[in-house]
Amino acid sequence: MTLVAASQEAIRRAVYTGVAALCWACGAGAADAGGTLLAPDFTRADLTSHRQRLSDYSGKVVLLSFWATWCEPCIGELATFSRWQSSYAKSGLQVIGIAMDDDAAAVRAAVRRYRVGYPVVLGDPDLGRLYGGVYGLPLNVLVDRAGRIVVRIQGEADAARLEQSIRSLLASDGR
Amino acid sequence: MQPLRKLGVLKLFLLAVTVGASAPVHAQSHPATAIAEGDVIQPAALVARLGDTAQPTPLVLQVGAHVLYVQGHIPGSQYVGAGSTPDGLKSLRARVSKLAKDFPIVLYCGCCPWSRCPNIGPAYEELRREGYRNVKALYIANDFGTDWVDHGYPVAQGE
Repeated sequence: MTLVAASQEAIRRAVYTGVAALCWACGAGAADAGGTLLAPDFTRADLTSHRQRLSDYSGKVVLLSFWATWCEPCIGELATFSRWQSSYAKSGLQVIGIAMDDDAAAVRAAVRRYRVGYPVVLGDPDLGRLYGGVYGLPLNVLVDRAGRIVVRIQGEADAARLEQSIRSLLASDGR
Repeated sequence: MQPLRKLGVLKLFLLAVTVGASAPVHAQSHPATAIAEGDVIQPAALVARLGDTAQPTPLVLQVGAHVLYVQGHIPGSQYVGAGSTPDGLKSLRARVSKLAKDFPIVLYCGCCPWSRCPNIGPAYEELRREGYRNVKALYIANDFGTDWVDHGYPVAQGE
């Protein structure tokens, strides 16, 4: 297994275990000195043509929301995540939506319709693979201030639990 | 009916027609949960079926999102388009048009939990309406990753 493949596999295996286990050990790959997973960096243009590079948000807590317009549970999360973006922006939260649609026009329409309050980029297979493979939606990945993946939730998120995780991370300095 | 009221009704009618023409096929009208139990195949059963050389190999079609298909799909399966869209259903009809009505076909998506999948139900209904009698829908309870990839079933990547 190559280094990159091991990293992707580790990311995929990372599952939601709650606030008490915000970091977890992993095998070889993109890990920091403590052995925790580092979120792979990526750069994509958002729907307003602004560059979104994950590493530009170093020092912030980042919620990566993989979603699609045809995904009913995803649509339900848009309003919640927009509210969090508004409420916790000053505390250091940044939500980034990654739309896995095949149709960019549909994404633009949905972002307008649901008044999404955070940047949305168009996803692609390469970006999906970078995060262990996005084979179903929604998928949410929470990254701490140090750039470590601390939560990966496949399927509809428990909003209360996820918000608690975000609040815990925001209260931490990331060390 | 007063003229103004008539105008309001006309506007509502035109709005409904416009929205209906451009909107995706509504998944709720063909939910996955309405698929006949006998036409649902479990992942393990499909794996066994695909490995059974004594039986004709079914045509396996992915009817969800292309970007998900490229990342991982059932080896030998083909992408035809999202079952929730008119274009996807058109592609589906075209793909099976030369097949015998009793040819074994398996549809799958796995984009979302079974009960909320917008694609599998409309695709299944479309083939039934076209007269195909040997159509199965792959039961994916949660998503393709959880119910197929994580079980170690074979996966291919790319187009």
